[in-house]
Amino acid sequence: MSNSICRKRVRVSDYILTGIIYMCASVSILLLVGIVGYVFVKGIGQINWKFLTTVQSPTKGTFGIAGNIVNTLYIIVITLLIATPIGVGSAVYLNEYAKPGRIVRLIEFTTETLSGIPSIIFGLFGMVFFGTTLKLGYSILTGALTLTIMVLPLITRNTQEALKTVPESYRSGSLGIGATKWYMIRTILLPSSMPGIVTGIILAIGRIVGESAALLFTAGSSFLLPKAGEWLGKITESGGTLTIQLYLCMNNAQYGEAFGIALVLLIIVLGINILTKYLSKRFDVNSR
Amino acid sequence: MTEQKTGSFSIIGSYKTKKTIEKIAQVVFTICAFFAVLAVFSITLYMIMNGTPALHKIGLTDILFGSEWAPTASDPKFGILYIILTSILGTAMAILLGVPIGVMTAVFLAEVAPKRLAAIVKPAVELLAGIPSVIYGLLGILILNPLMYKWELAVFKGSETHQFTGGANLLSAVLVLAIMILPTVINISESALRSVPDHLKAASLAMGASKIQTIFKVILPTAKSGIITAVVLGVGRAIGEAMAITLVSGSSVNFPLPFNSVRFLTTAIVAEMGYAAGEHRQVLFTIGLVLFAFIMLINIALTRILKKGACERE
Repeated sequence: MSNSICRKRVRVSDYILTGIIYMCASVSILLLVGIVGYVFVKGIGQINWKFLTTVQSPTKGTFGIAGNIVNTLYIIVITLLIATPIGVGSAVYLNEYAKPGRIVRLIEFTTETLSGIPSIIFGLFGMVFFGTTLKLGYSILTGALTLTIMVLPLITRNTQEALKTVPESYRSGSLGIGATKWYMIRTILLPSSMPGIVTGIILAIGRIVGESAALLFTAGSSFLLPKAGEWLGKITESGGTLTIQLYLCMNNAQYGEAFGIALVLLIIVLGINILTKYLSKRFDVNSR
Repeated sequence: MTEQKTGSFSIIGSYKTKKTIEKIAQVVFTICAFFAVLAVFSITLYMIMNGTPALHKIGLTDILFGSEWAPTASDPKFGILYIILTSILGTAMAILLGVPIGVMTAVFLAEVAPKRLAAIVKPAVELLAGIPSVIYGLLGILILNPLMYKWELAVFKGSETHQFTGGANLLSAVLVLAIMILPTVINISESALRSVPDHLKAASLAMGASKIQTIFKVILPTAKSGIITAVVLGVGRAIGEAMAITLVSGSSVNFPLPFNSVRFLTTAIVAEMGYAAGEHRQVLFTIGLVLFAFIMLINIALTRILKKGACERE
């Protein structure tokens, strides 16, 4: 009876292992739901119009994050203005110009290395190189330049992936009708790989928004809005982003305000995630 | 020349300008590509330049193997042995905790879960990867630390030698790190599991192995190199994380026992760089250099593993 092949053999170990798999998966899922839910519940009460549009004032005892939002935007814009051309250019070189060999291996290894260096090291480097050697001090510019190095691999890699999906026939087609290489890159390759480039940029924005260790010692922690008419001059002044303000709040045990900022950050990150999903979906359709 | 300006056409002139533009484009792209090389080179240079003076002044062994950290005392001591040990031990514990959960979740996503459920869980895991590290720190302080404090009170009830930490201890930091490496481990091991060829799976099932046996005896061993990559990347992320654990791990340098308040390589820098001056500041850069050395080792290991994995696949 027990040897019948018709009856499925019961393996105790199978049940145990299946149980373990389910348990681990539910731990991961519960953690995520718990984190997002907790931040949402604790933070939602903090957020109102005044919280988002005013600057904190210790004398009045009010709290707002307008200055930090503006600083974050400054850093995002400046970082991307510098990092995007370099990152895209680097990807174009690797994919279109370079011949496989030592140099390409070196560039790819360093790009890989850059993406593995922890942000605190970037912070130290930015502090001594941009801050001290180039005499930029604690300023938005120092922070943005530091982050430029940090997000460079993200943009390079995404552009490279996008360039790889452009069919070879596009290249030979445009070269065949007499376009020069630069003309082909400008009019055929870059437009076709635009979704990939944009995905890289959005991922970079996500990284910048969430960054704190690299900015603490480079961009400083000022929470003031730029003075009217001095929008450009602001980049040489200190400016703390949302994450830095969150850290400072944590340090001062202002947990309520901290949760407000955390929720704002979480919503931005969520938005960025959805945007990249949407874009990469469109990207798939294009490449087919 | 005037002809070109008015827009009328000369093949030779246009050929020359085109050639120049082509050359310029190539040079510009090449320069862009070397930015990464330049960046890594100058970061290495600056870390060494700023990290070594303290080693000369205070002595290599005094710093690396000294166990007393009293940078602001009148007779300052700069031993970072416990800080290094904390980083190593803390990372190891976080890996031991996070990797099994992460790999099993990856198995769940790639092999066990119904497609629809996986389609919900996967983006959620990606979101987890995007959450800023300060938020993990905030939750660590408000949720983990009180829990740890209760546990601490229960464990060390009546102990007179134990310094109570209020829950900000190594264990709390390890838990935060374990959670933070989860997304990395899950994503990379999942893609490794998915790249296991179907015929191996089919062959195993056809031989009469159950699904679970197939997963543990065929799929996981085949995806080994991908999973090792995931672990190494997790190590890199855990050892380099700073802001999430600065406030969670406590504020004094101690031997890394679970309930001790500890400093990691990263948190020592974050916590003291703001006010450090002179030798103290130089030693903080030495700590940065030690961290940098660890990261470089991990990076080199990673390239080796990836290369080996690529060879095996061929």
